[in-house]
Amino acid sequence: MAALNINLGNGLALNNPVLTASGTFGYGLEFQDFIDLNRLGGFIVKGTTLHHREGNPYPRMAETPAGMLNAVGLQNKGVDYFIEHIYPKIKDIQTNILVNVSGSCVADYVATAEKINALEQIPGIELNISCPNVKEGGMAFGTQCASAAEVVKAVRQVYHKHLMVKLSPNVTNIQEIALAVEAEGADSVSLINTLLGMAIDAKKRKPVLSTITGGLSGACVKPIALRMVWQVAQVVKIPVVGLGGIMSATDAIEFLLAGASAIQIGTANFIDPTITMKVIDGIEEYLSANDFDSVKDIIGAAFK
Amino acid sequence: MKKIIDFVVKENRALNADTFRLVLHSSELPEIAAGQFVNVKVEGSPSTFLRRPISVHDIDEAQGLLYLLVKIAGKGTEQLSKLQAGESLNIVLPLGNSFSQPVGERCLLVGGGVGIAPLLHLSKVLNKKGFHPVVLIGTRTAKDIVLREEYEKYATVYYTTEDGSCGEKGFPTQHSILNEHFDHIYCCGPLPMMQAVARYAYSNNIHCEVSLENMMACGIGACLCCVNDTKEGHKCVCTDGPIFNINDLKWQH
Repeated sequence: MAALNINLGNGLALNNPVLTASGTFGYGLEFQDFIDLNRLGGFIVKGTTLHHREGNPYPRMAETPAGMLNAVGLQNKGVDYFIEHIYPKIKDIQTNILVNVSGSCVADYVATAEKINALEQIPGIELNISCPNVKEGGMAFGTQCASAAEVVKAVRQVYHKHLMVKLSPNVTNIQEIALAVEAEGADSVSLINTLLGMAIDAKKRKPVLSTITGGLSGACVKPIALRMVWQVAQVVKIPVVGLGGIMSATDAIEFLLAGASAIQIGTANFIDPTITMKVIDGIEEYLSANDFDSVKDIIGAAFK
Repeated sequence: MKKIIDFVVKENRALNADTFRLVLHSSELPEIAAGQFVNVKVEGSPSTFLRRPISVHDIDEAQGLLYLLVKIAGKGTEQLSKLQAGESLNIVLPLGNSFSQPVGERCLLVGGGVGIAPLLHLSKVLNKKGFHPVVLIGTRTAKDIVLREEYEKYATVYYTTEDGSCGEKGFPTQHSILNEHFDHIYCCGPLPMMQAVARYAYSNNIHCEVSLENMMACGIGACLCCVNDTKEGHKCVCTDGPIFNINDLKWQH
């Protein structure tokens, strides 16, 4: 058996490199009938904000070729509700549980992160500076180096555990953004969040989504995600967590080869709720079949 | 408990130009309550990425059979219509909540078009419990009425057609049976029809449940894509529904 464990630093040690992407895995419990949650490297719970958010009006999803658009808009009941009602139900699951934190201003990000810092069983947060579906904040922070740096710097001052920063692909140079958040103390970067897209209903002659634009995910985004992981992994020193269109163990292995130290599975959970287990097994089989002792041996192997 | 099961297609019968019935077998068929749905993986259609939510039409627990009544609405359902006996179909089930217990003796089940699908299972369940359900089926024309003998096994069935070719002419809300007293209405069909039935129920103060259908991605409450706006905010059709009491919806003006 090849070793699958990987340490992302600052208290985030994974049994295997397979995480689930925020917004695609609920609070984990939605999947407990299908898989053993304890076997995951970790899971990242739904985007959490300081205050309750209703999200965007329906329709907020459209199926597209080999993918989907969503414009959920960070629907959640707020961080206090999470701490009071959800955390007690999930805290004893034997895996790494990260909370995806979003906000519409720096102060909101800071206040939310500070509250989560107090939760013993949450070893890290994923700072979402890349949500394309909210009017204020979200992606606006992640598309400029200065604002990305500003929010990471502010959160870093109050959040002392693992700080993963989720990057937007909707930028001209993702390397610059990655370097900017690394310089302010991010422990890792995860990429990519969804790509801004839209769909039009030719029969109704109107946009499908209530918000007109939404975030594209699924198999169709994989080549873009892979390219960006490759680019970022070559310039940052912190671990890179790769995601975007991973539908199989082979897809996950490609991200590891491109320089990702861990991966997240997102949209594929909707189609196969057991996909995470298949990817964990598939990575192990690949390593064993190719005589690797550890998953660490293939991280970035495609450019080394 | 939800499961993912590979069912084997026992029969795929075309009922008219665009509606077909799948009979699927699995020895692991879980318990399914009337009103619940399944999420079906569609193979062989390059433009179909997500699963397709389909309401449970009927089940046969003893034989391990699951019945789906499907109308071709797009690429996904078109692909399903081509399934052959012996092929396999991957399904996540059972999903969603279910129709509630009748609040009185007299139950009216109103179905429009392929919206009649879950009402067969419900009729059967109510009939077994000793109720005598009344089913009211509305379609455009007589040719759209399918499997009438199935419904007639468990219920007294009335029909409306828009062209008058079967039953009373008009929409279900115009049928004379509505002059009788009912305690509980269950409804599934096109949104304008369900809203018309809801208006009738509001004005006559009748307990009424509707089965909603929104575009879904996951079907298990994880993605929050299929929400419906209710008096308590956005609720997932897949987990808080598909069955909603009309008093919880924002339909009343």
